[in-house]
Formats: sequence, C-alpha cells, structure tokens
Amino acid sequence: MKRTITVLVHNRSGVLNRITGLFSRRQYNIDSITVGVTENPSISRMTFVVVVDSMENVEQVIKQLHKQIDVLKIKDITDEATVARELVLVRIMATSVQRGEIASLAETFRAQAIDIGKESMTLQVTGNTEKVEAFIELVKPYGIQEVARTGVTAINRSAKMSTDTSRLTLIN
Amino acid sequence: MIHSKETEKQPVNDKNRLCTGSEILLKALASEGVEVIFGYPGGAILPTYDEIYKLGMNHILARHEQGAIHAAEGYARITQKPGVCIVTSGPGATNVVTGIADAMMDSLPLVVITGQVGTQLIGTDAFQEADMLGITMPITKHNFQIRSVDELAQTVKEAFHIAVTGRPGPVLIDLPKDISQQVTTFRYEKKIHLPGYQPTTKPNKQQIRKVLEKLQTAKKPVLLAGAGVLHAQASEELIQFTERNQLPLVNTLLGLGSYPGNNELHLGMGGMHGTYAANMALHETDFLINIGSRFDDRLTGVLEHFAPYATIAHIDIDPAEIGKNIYVDIPVVGDAKAALTMLLQGKGPNAEHDDWRKQTQSWKREYPLWFKRDKEVIKPQELIQKLYEQTNGEAIVTTDVGQHQMWAAQFFAYNKPNRWVTSGGLGTMGFGFPAAIGAQIAEPELPVLAITGDAGFQMTLQEMSILQELQLPVKIIIVNNASLGMVRQWQQLFHGERYSHSLFPIQPDFSKLADAYSIKAIKVEKLSELDGAIEETLSHAGPVLLEVCVAKEENVYPMICPGQGHHCMEGVKPS
Repeated sequence: MKRTITVLVHNRSGVLNRITGLFSRRQYNIDSITVGVTENPSISRMTFVVVVDSMENVEQVIKQLHKQIDVLKIKDITDEATVARELVLVRIMATSVQRGEIASLAETFRAQAIDIGKESMTLQVTGNTEKVEAFIELVKPYGIQEVARTGVTAINRSAKMSTDTSRLTLIN
Repeated sequence: MIHSKETEKQPVNDKNRLCTGSEILLKALASEGVEVIFGYPGGAILPTYDEIYKLGMNHILARHEQGAIHAAEGYARITQKPGVCIVTSGPGATNVVTGIADAMMDSLPLVVITGQVGTQLIGTDAFQEADMLGITMPITKHNFQIRSVDELAQTVKEAFHIAVTGRPGPVLIDLPKDISQQVTTFRYEKKIHLPGYQPTTKPNKQQIRKVLEKLQTAKKPVLLAGAGVLHAQASEELIQFTERNQLPLVNTLLGLGSYPGNNELHLGMGGMHGTYAANMALHETDFLINIGSRFDDRLTGVLEHFAPYATIAHIDIDPAEIGKNIYVDIPVVGDAKAALTMLLQGKGPNAEHDDWRKQTQSWKREYPLWFKRDKEVIKPQELIQKLYEQTNGEAIVTTDVGQHQMWAAQFFAYNKPNRWVTSGGLGTMGFGFPAAIGAQIAEPELPVLAITGDAGFQMTLQEMSILQELQLPVKIIIVNNASLGMVRQWQQLFHGERYSHSLFPIQPDFSKLADAYSIKAIKVEKLSELDGAIEETLSHAGPVLLEVCVAKEENVYPMICPGQGHHCMEGVKPS
C-alpha cells in the first residue's frame, strides 16, 4: 500500500541523505520524494510516498524517522483531508496541424503549452497523481518524447474534515 | 606587584583570548568532565594532538584505532559516561568503524572525533580522505562535520548530550584540519537547543497502570531485563519490583548483572544458549514484561514460537524498538528507572502465582547448566566456574564473541551491575581485550578479566603495549581451543562437519608474545594445574596472560537450533 508522509526537517546539508539512507537500509521503497523550504528558511518540508506491506511497517518508518535528530515533525497524512499536487512536463510530437487539437485537449486538464517547436510541443500539468497519469495516457497516442514528474507534494486542508481516528501517532 | 596584577587580569584576558579549534575542542572536552581520551594521532588531527601535548591531557595511546575505540567502549560500559576516542582522517577514521557499529548496536555512549582533510580539499579524494559522515551515518546515533570554528564548542556540547541521553549511542564529530587551526573566542554555553531531539523518559501513567493491572491477574508472569536497566542505573528498583511481586526474572546477554545472578528468582540468561529454566519460562509465560531489551533474534528465536501464550508489555526508552520485532500489547515509552519507580508506586501484590514460581524453580533445579568433567583435559566451563569462585564474583569480565563468551555468560554469575562487558549486538571479535583496558582504567581497583578466544585475541593483541606501558593489571585469559570455536560448532552441527577454515593447526606461542611485551605469561594444559595457575594469575600485581588449553571439541549447550522455539532446546541434559 502507498502512504503519504510529510516530514519537517532542518534545512541542512546531508539531511536528505540521512532520510533516504534510513529508508533504503530498512528496505522501504520510496515512490516519490519532494523537498523544499517552508515559510521558515531553516526548515524544509519533505513529502514522501512510500510503499509498505502493512500499517506496522508505516509505524516503524515513522518511528525510525523520528529518531533522526534533524527531523522535527512527522505525519502520515494518507487518511487526512489534504491537498496533494504533482507537476509534470510532457514533450510530445505535434505537427502544426495537430496543435489546435492538442491545445483543446490540454484545456480540459487545465494544462498549459509552455513550449512549442516545429514538430513538438511541451505541456505542463499540475494535479493529483491520478489526473497527471490520465493526462499522460491521453497524450500518449501523439508520441511522448520525454516526461519529467516532480512527485507528490502535499499539505493539510485548512478545514480538517477527517474523522478517522486510526491515524498513526507515536506512542505516548 | 606587576606579576600579581597580571594574574588578576588573567580571567578577563582569557575570556577574549583567541583559541584555535583544537584548543576549543579540548577545553570543551574538559568542560564535559572527560577524564581520559583513547586515540591515535595522524596528519589531519595533528593540531589537536599538539594541544593534547601542551595541555598534558590524560591520553591513552593504542596501537591500532580499533583498540582505542573498543577501550573507549569498555570505559563507557563501566562508567556510563561517554568514552572519548580521537583519531585521524581516512584510515584512522575507517579503523574505528567497527567500534562505532558495535557501540551503536549495544547502545554505548561514545564521542568519536575524527580528523578530516582541510575544508578546501573535502570531496577531492585528497590524501587520507574518507567520507566519514556518509560512512557512519547508519551506525551513529548522530554525526556532525564542523564547517566553522564558531560552531565547534556548541557541537561538542550537543554531541555529549546526544550520546548519553535517551537511548545512549555513539556520536561522531568530523573535524577538518583547517578548522582545528582557525581561531575564535571560547565560550561554552550551558543551553542546548535541539528541537528535533526530545527523548521521552517519563512513561505514560495509564500504560504503567495497565502493566500493574495485568500483573494482578497474571498466573505466569515473567520479567525480562535487558541492558536498558543498566543504562538507566535502575538495578535497585528492578530488585525491589521483582522481590515485591516475586517475579521470576530472565536476563538478556547484555542485561546480565542488572539483577543478582545468584538470586533465587534469577532464572539465568534467555535465548539461543540460555538456560532451560529461562527459556521455558519465556515459552510458558502468560505475561511477559520486557524492561530495556530490544527482542534481539538471538533472544527470541523464531518469532512465531516466541512467548506464544503471553500478553507482552515492553518498556523501552526508544519508541522505535516497541513493535519492531514483536507485537506488543502494552507499550511503555520511558526510561527503565522512571518506569520501575512508577511501577513501585502502584498497588502492591496480590497476584497468586506461587505454583508458577515453584514450577520455574523446579526447572532451574532439574535442568542446570552442565558439562562433563574430564580427569586431565580442562573443560572451558570449568575454567569459567573456577574464575568465578576464585574471584568471589568480584571481578569485571570482558569477552569477545563466540563459545568463550557464552560460557562466560553461563558459568560466571554477575551479581552486581557494571561487571560484564561483552559485544552483544555486533558480535565483534577483537573487542574483549581492548575493552578490558578501558574497564580497568574506569575501575582501577577491581580485578579485570579479559576472557577471550585464541582467535579473537589475535585480532587486537597489539594492545598489550598499553598494559606494558601503564602496568594495568588486566588478566588476559585465553580460552585456547585452537579454532574459531563457535564457527567450528556450527560447521559440526549444520555443515556436515566440514571445518572450512575454522581450525588453527598452528598457534603462535602466546607466552613468547606476552614476553615480547614484558607481560607475565602462564600456560596450562592439565586440569590439575588449573587452580594454581588461576591463583597465580589473580595474585600477581601486574598484567598476566593466562593461556588455558581447553578441550578442543567442546560445544556450547544447551542450544536452540535455528528455526526452533524456546521449548525445543537441545543438549539440556548430559547424554
């Protein structure tokens, strides 16, 4: 199962290495990882999507992460009300004749053409993973030249709607 | 007059005086109350060694960095204070990696300072450069690389704090050479600001109440005490709690000494080579309280057979240990001393488990540890037993890993805390002898027995130089079976008696080696000579190397074979 975990860490060199090293040593596969600074420049937010077998595994991941001295806060936000986004850039084959058709497709997904060449164009889409994947599927027939995805970054919604009490927290 | 004026001014001057990074490091170590440094000099750490020379600090020069760090571990194990080890960059630093990993596994507090090439050279594959931050990331509790001389003092402060608080562990400080030479004023703050590091020491009251409630109804309770009790210095509380509730107690390998080994309630060590009584108690129990042990696989055996009928309570300072290997019904995060104190404040006993206590006592009586005595040949178990008798148990014992370690755990009773120093988690050969040096420095008055195998001793025997130099009265006892004993045992039992590279047909003359280091040597081959040799060893004021040639094919029993549970021990009784 996939779980989305957000981690606040000190913005120091080597911290990402500590975190990813911990995952690989304990054989947890990271699906995606995004990192960026927060409103406080000395603190970064990481968003992981990890693949685990069970909830016990998630708990162990969280506890191990928590042992890192550079880790300030950890949350498994999978079952919470969140806003999760991923950005993807797709360069596809596009002759001048096809451009109009592609542009209208893109509009449905609120994708933007950010670069147009003679025989190709590059589109940018943001959204949750499902949307991003649906869009890539849709433009596939034109011929994909290159795809660059950022991985998911996520944050809690302003109004908490989650009533799920099984959310994982550290003991005590 | 002029002279005295200057003296008066001294403190003011000193406050604003510029110090080099090295000087700051040593001043910070002094502020932390460091009494002794174990180390080995080299290029990148030379400025620091220059300061050690100027300040005349108590420094023990090992002959290999591995010796230095194991000695620091032995010191840490006995004193509960961080062992300090200083080495140079590159090969000096990589030579301490084994000791760092060992300390990590056994939760020993260490502060390791490794020299590093100058900041301008870092990342260029410079002479004697190794990425120590990267190398030690998974085997330290935390590590630092100093990037500016201004952060050095604070980093040392944090390193010591991290090493001893919460679950103790090794902390590494990588110090680039140029930073050790840069100057700034020395200020040692009292405050520590580590928002991401707030270990929980006080357990949750409700969880403690659950433990007590379950204890009221349990019919077959067992207490499992690990090294966490020793780290928290909670032996007194453990004894009180156990006595009050008349709980049968099982120790882990590293927990030996946390409860008097000669007490009636003590069932012995649990696990692969534990006692029958301890393992049967772990199998039959309906309520297991684990205090300060991490459910290591050598203790639990196959997880599906571990404590199958028990409700399990786990008290540990490290939340990540709870539920890691074993599903736990009552998790308690906290320090063993705080937890036991709270447990003692709770309701008194009224649980009825007299029958259970009798049962565990009868196991203990009927299935004691055993060996077959021989007329001529010395049995290793008998050697350990005689060492116990002749020291009245008033000795510190250190060991490597293997057969001699298991016999030293089985046939020597540890009746007080901090008398037993062994490499548990990592199982490091070459650990025992240098660790004994650190232990002897920590406890100059107590006899220290470094019980090693002939193989492990050969990994760090060059540290006899330290004994020679300081005339430390460590007694090296080589249990010589001319083989890698435990490897040989496993090859015999599970690899069709194919002794692949585990036998030593040619042995060095250990007496001559000792002689080369000006250390008294005694060698015994016959049982009749053993008592006298031990007596001579113990009564000699200085260091002694006692080589005891023991039965070569003796195996460690009883044993839980791989894939088995606690109830399926082999070699429980003499065949």
